[in-house]
Amino acid sequence: MSNTSYLIRGARPLGAAPADLLIVDGLIAALGAEAAAHAAAGGATVIDARGQIMLPGMVDLHTHLREPGREDAETVETGTRAAAKGGFTAVHAMANSNPVADTAGVVEQVWSLGKRSGWVDVRPVGAVTVGLAGERLSELGAMADSRARVRVFSDDGICVHDPVLMRRALEYVKAFDGVIAQHAQEPRLTEDAQMNEGEVSAVLGLVGWPAVAEEAIIARDVLLAQHVDSRLHICHVSTAGSVDIIRWAKERGIKVTAEVTPHHLLLTEELVRSYDPVYKVNPPLRREADVMALRAALADGTIDVIGTDHAPHPSEAKECEWAQAAMGMTGLETALSVVQHTMIETGMISWADFARITSTTPAAIGLLADQGRPIAVGEPANLVFVDADARWIVDPYAMATKGRNSPFKGLELPGKVVSTFFHGHPTVLDGELNTPVPTNGDL
Amino acid sequence: MKHLLSTLDLSRADAIRILDIAEEMAAVGHREVKKLPALRGRTVVNLFFEDSTRTRISFEAAAKRLSADVINFAAKGSSVSKGESLKDTAQTLEAIGADAVVIRHWASGAPARLAATDWIDAPVINAGDGTHEHPTQALLDAFTLRTHWAKVRGIQSSGTDLTGMRVSIVGDILHSRVARSNLWLLRTLGAEVTMVAPPTLLPVGSGSWPCKISYDLDATLAAGTDAVMMLRVQGERMHAAFFPNAREYSRRWGFDDARLATLDAADSAATIIMHPGPMNRGLEISSGAADSPRSTVLAQVSNGVAVRMAVLYLLLSGDQQRPAGN
Repeated sequence: MSNTSYLIRGARPLGAAPADLLIVDGLIAALGAEAAAHAAAGGATVIDARGQIMLPGMVDLHTHLREPGREDAETVETGTRAAAKGGFTAVHAMANSNPVADTAGVVEQVWSLGKRSGWVDVRPVGAVTVGLAGERLSELGAMADSRARVRVFSDDGICVHDPVLMRRALEYVKAFDGVIAQHAQEPRLTEDAQMNEGEVSAVLGLVGWPAVAEEAIIARDVLLAQHVDSRLHICHVSTAGSVDIIRWAKERGIKVTAEVTPHHLLLTEELVRSYDPVYKVNPPLRREADVMALRAALADGTIDVIGTDHAPHPSEAKECEWAQAAMGMTGLETALSVVQHTMIETGMISWADFARITSTTPAAIGLLADQGRPIAVGEPANLVFVDADARWIVDPYAMATKGRNSPFKGLELPGKVVSTFFHGHPTVLDGELNTPVPTNGDL
Repeated sequence: MKHLLSTLDLSRADAIRILDIAEEMAAVGHREVKKLPALRGRTVVNLFFEDSTRTRISFEAAAKRLSADVINFAAKGSSVSKGESLKDTAQTLEAIGADAVVIRHWASGAPARLAATDWIDAPVINAGDGTHEHPTQALLDAFTLRTHWAKVRGIQSSGTDLTGMRVSIVGDILHSRVARSNLWLLRTLGAEVTMVAPPTLLPVGSGSWPCKISYDLDATLAAGTDAVMMLRVQGERMHAAFFPNAREYSRRWGFDDARLATLDAADSAATIIMHPGPMNRGLEISSGAADSPRSTVLAQVSNGVAVRMAVLYLLLSGDQQRPAGN
């Protein structure tokens, strides 16, 4: 047996009874009693995972890696290190880089940088429109046919506002089973918007971002998706009204999926009273009632997945006045803990549900063959091992991401990623980054 | 009180203390030598990221009457226009040795941000931030109102509040930092407040504010009010149609000569008309109203210096001594 064998002892698959697991050459080779027997013969590296929960590696549909163009904020290398540390084995890199990921060339560049880094699968998201300008469709087919095999398309950060363009995009990507991930934000209703519109914005004198600006676009787009029978994905749902519309659409069989960010499951607009730009994000933090509706929707399946919307920024983009600050928060390294805190510890979902919303379903939406797979013999060993009983205090300066803009700074959270296995290789061991999967130079 | 950022967190006791000290400061303005030695050797920086000659001069006069050194820093044409951040600017002021920073900023929350960070240690005084607050304007308005209210009731104003007074704040509430600061302070001092505006110029969420909301100025005047605070229509902040045109706005929400005549006919002798300035004559207020005996516009300007002296004195000297003591 080669040195790419690992015998992981005593972890609980999805929180069930403890079992041993043998990984050989990137695949799950054996489970249970058989694993130990096989390993004894081959000298596998033994890892004690007693007390830990074994889950399929997490898949993020919504990550900003910033490269190319904003390497001061993040690079594919630093962003994917953060992803591995957070328990992810695949991330979708959003298209709002510079240049925008709107051609086969740019998506292949991002994809190859991901391959070279070797921490997680990097799946580029292609821009829906050229330069995110909302005027002409990008070369969606070329991106789909490229080595990056793009299946998720989004102008995230900007709403595809033109209804005709949105309709055409939804129709066109059917040719390769793509999905349009919409950033639902009616632009005219949110001009100069700084935070959620309501009682707090009225007191703070900040221009409000009304919930209806999100809900109006979602309502329109689910009807468009129904009309052309296409796959629509709603990015970072943030309001109770949006949940109602998505629930309505799903009841009618419309092919809509939706994501919620960890920060929208925990934080409310009350934090904006500090004027600390670390809480500035798009869509904005909403009311307590919205947070509760989002949690309920995630629990009942109306919202399908967690998307981190990991948005690292250099410190100068946040150490300034609220109005001048960039929108966005980091999230890859806190996602698991925040979801455990808000959804599992509250009894709203199980660890099996966690696997569904952080791995199986996002992998299915992005059509990732090797991710979100069951923990079974013969499957790729993309796995994460979690100490659910651990508690830790969030320190942005101890994170692998370049971004220090974590809204959870100083907060005590449950759950630590102890190890992450990416195609059978431990990218994280004992809670610390190990080594990436060695590249074979096939770029 | 380390900073003055907002009237929302100003206690009744603190507010009355500021107004009482402002009364003593106002007396200084009537002396032949309008100066106190209280802040001799201290440096006050007026840090203005937004043009405001009136407020800057008022703070400058206040600081100088207390014998402080004053540095005026206008962002326009400075290193700020070359891209310097608020953080760097603040740290420069700290290094220079500023003892207090009076900041006017176009962004809501900028003074609060400055006060919350470790960029600077000096007291921060909010001289107006975006559409958030303008606490010294509210204090000078309260000073003006208290003087009037005491006169109406035939009592000394010192130590009193505004309990029972009815104040109507009229106009562009949405964009007004003055309206917000006034509402919190007037409520703290016991006044009843009515906000009068077109629905488009009331912020979403203002329904929960501790005041009455009205769209009808005439009905508000008919119901009786002790003070009408007219707000400037902030055309420079309006990128959308908030009302059809100036004529319609003026007709429905402007304090025009006809409304002045109605007030006079009703013999509402005690009702005063206020405006924080600068005024759009003919839009939110007519010249007849602005220049009438009911108008307190110039008294407000004058009271502004006294109130700002009180604030600077309290923040820089604490309560160690009475400011105007002999």
